[in-house]
Amino acid sequence: MKVLRKFIDKQKPHFEKGGKFQKFHSAFDSVETLFFVPDKVTTSGSHIRDAVDMKRTMIVVFIALLPALFFGMWNIGYQHFLSLGGPTDHWTMFFYGFLKMLPIIIVTYGVGLGLEIVFAQIRNHDVNEGFFVSGLLIPMIVPPETPLWQIAVAVAFAVVFGKEVFGGSGMNIVNPALTARAFLFFAYPSEMSGDKVWISEMADTFSGATPLGDALVGNFDTMPSAYEMFIGIMPGSVGETSVLMILIGAIILLATGVANWRIMFSVFAGGYIMGLLFNLWGLNEYMRMDAMNHLLLGGFAFGAVFMATDPVTAAQTKNGMYIYGFLIGIIAILIRVFNPAYPEGVMLSILLMNVFAPLIDHYVIESNIKKRLKRMKLVLKN
Amino acid sequence: MSTTFVIKKGLDIKLLGCAEKTVVDLNAERFAIKPPNFLGCFPKVLVKEGDYVKAGTPLFYDKYRDNIVFTAPVSGKVEALKRGAKRRLLEIIIDSDGKNEAIDFGSSNINNLKKEDVVDKMLKSGVWPIMRQRPYSVIANPNDAPKAIFVAAYDTSPLAPDFDLIVHGQGEAFQSGLDVLTKLTEGTVHLNVDAAKTTSKVFLNSQNVQINTFSGPHPSGNVSVHISKIDPINKGDVIWYLYPQDVLTLGKLFMHGKYDSTRVIAFGGSEVKNPKYFKTFIGASIKNMISGNVTDGDNRFISGNVLTGDKIEKDGFVGFYDSLVTVIPEGKHHEFIGWLLPGFSKFSFSRTFPSWLTPNKKYRLDTNMHGGTRAYVMTGKFEKVFPFNIYPLQLIKAVLVEDIDLMENLGIYEIDHEDFALCEVIDTSKTEIQSIIRKGLDLMRLEMS
Repeated sequence: MKVLRKFIDKQKPHFEKGGKFQKFHSAFDSVETLFFVPDKVTTSGSHIRDAVDMKRTMIVVFIALLPALFFGMWNIGYQHFLSLGGPTDHWTMFFYGFLKMLPIIIVTYGVGLGLEIVFAQIRNHDVNEGFFVSGLLIPMIVPPETPLWQIAVAVAFAVVFGKEVFGGSGMNIVNPALTARAFLFFAYPSEMSGDKVWISEMADTFSGATPLGDALVGNFDTMPSAYEMFIGIMPGSVGETSVLMILIGAIILLATGVANWRIMFSVFAGGYIMGLLFNLWGLNEYMRMDAMNHLLLGGFAFGAVFMATDPVTAAQTKNGMYIYGFLIGIIAILIRVFNPAYPEGVMLSILLMNVFAPLIDHYVIESNIKKRLKRMKLVLKN
Repeated sequence: MSTTFVIKKGLDIKLLGCAEKTVVDLNAERFAIKPPNFLGCFPKVLVKEGDYVKAGTPLFYDKYRDNIVFTAPVSGKVEALKRGAKRRLLEIIIDSDGKNEAIDFGSSNINNLKKEDVVDKMLKSGVWPIMRQRPYSVIANPNDAPKAIFVAAYDTSPLAPDFDLIVHGQGEAFQSGLDVLTKLTEGTVHLNVDAAKTTSKVFLNSQNVQINTFSGPHPSGNVSVHISKIDPINKGDVIWYLYPQDVLTLGKLFMHGKYDSTRVIAFGGSEVKNPKYFKTFIGASIKNMISGNVTDGDNRFISGNVLTGDKIEKDGFVGFYDSLVTVIPEGKHHEFIGWLLPGFSKFSFSRTFPSWLTPNKKYRLDTNMHGGTRAYVMTGKFEKVFPFNIYPLQLIKAVLVEDIDLMENLGIYEIDHEDFALCEVIDTSKTEIQSIIRKGLDLMRLEMS
């Protein structure tokens, strides 16, 4: 550590004001603070500070994503070999998926962080840690065979128009990872949905439809059992299939207090209740499907735990979070069952509620303001 | 006796170096009054270097409220007028002659006093600045009619001084002070005590006041919390507040006619070898407190507590309103990938570090920021240490955009920047929340005047 510290200290003057590489100060600073916590001391207000910072919070989310990531990598391999004839040993299948995911992860982080550093330098800020997590989320929600150039374009779009134009991390209105996904969905639809994209390099004769895709066309013959849905051995994006792995991630997020339980709980509640309502209506076999399956299938659990809980884009008041989460659950299932163009509704539902979250907060705060004014009026009357 | 108000939200930060319950004389030789201690005050100096003063001799007055004078706490010679940037007056330093001669303002029969008499004597003797007001926490306006007066008899901040110990044996002076306070308002004088910690009969046997009991973690000792539970402030209301040692000074002024600025100051912190209480006067130099009593190394000396106190130098002076001096280590060091390592010795309110598993552990915390400043990202955290019916993050943002109407509607009159101290401590984005709120309060004060 001392050697590294001395090296950094020697190079630092070059990147400060007046140094040769002054233009790259933000990039240097982001690397320095990656290795060393800054030695800044308090200068105003409280003299002591909590040990937690954004890096600590982000690394917790990163760790919470790892179980789903590693399972998903194995699952890609499993689905690929299944389509060819039969699965082989687990390590081969895992490394197949790992090697498929690695380029996507590298491109996502490379383009995303590169753009973040450029914007930070232009604004003369520190590089924010927001993309730490988004950079892992995006590879986990795209089909494994997505061309890398498409991913690069989508990440650039999400970082620039989904985040930076609003002011960077903490100022964005919509979830950046979902913005990238939505961009891919609407710009390159044929590569994003259907039954050919979710299994990597599969044989032409194999059906690669996800259970949700099947359900939308009324094909319930190959619907997995609830147990299979929970474990997640079925076609789908890397992050979404295994509810078990997502649950482990949810426990990590809740135990450390990084994600808010109100949002997670409300999303699941809303989705389940919408499923029950459809059960009551029972117009077609999709509606009659067990409401619990809606929570286990597709990106619902992943969206509820990792996307909807993004604190910047979600509702920020306690009561607002209940309303926000509940509506996400309701609308996600609504889109799924009713709309023939979208087998998955979670992404669009979360993006929609991201836009409405400030409005929900506004009305929650209005009620607080009204209580305060009422108290004042009572006093004036007496 | 009414029921206990239980405060559920908050955080007790347990630090090493709590002062032992022994009181020794400080025998300080130099004292200072610091105009920056008085919010919103523009000092106009009345003395010059070399002048001889007694306790009660005016040193300076407030340019915009010239009836409010600030007087010398002890007798002696004016040693220096220390100025800072743009000739801002920072300190008026007095070399004490040890005799403590005081101007006689005449004792009074407290029962016969009228409000004007009380105000008059407090202003002339320089005792008036002990009375502060909410909203804005500035020195009270003598022409106002406050709807109540609040006295907080206990302090919940980290390493807080024990007021039970400080007022011990001074029941007569304390009661006299309370009686004087009753003359200043048509409303009630409230004495707020802690259910478990306050045991002194000086407090519990007080007459002519309403005693309210509270319990809970910091900030349950803050005046804003007491006010919010007992007599909430609405727009246009004024409440005056002061603390036990101020009440003693007030009582003694009317009993003996002299400005008695005696203070018992707690001296604590992880870097103090023998933390204890020192008996001295307002504005004492900390030199005798720290000599031979503080560990070597880069230390931060704080007049007040670690949450709201002011940074002072080794040769600095205790602030006018402070009853505590804290010494903690500076934190100018780098830590290799500190955000990734488990961090067993670190303190955090969040559960991302293992400190939540040992809630009774006492910490030696330094002044390191533990990260860089960011935009606000995390939500729902401030509410856990903010026991008010106010949305903290939304109020902070309203102040940042200077939206006066929104600040008013969200309750800016009901709080002070000290109430946001815990929010500032646990803030993941490392912003300067107390400074922001202070600017907001000053903005409101200018708008409404």
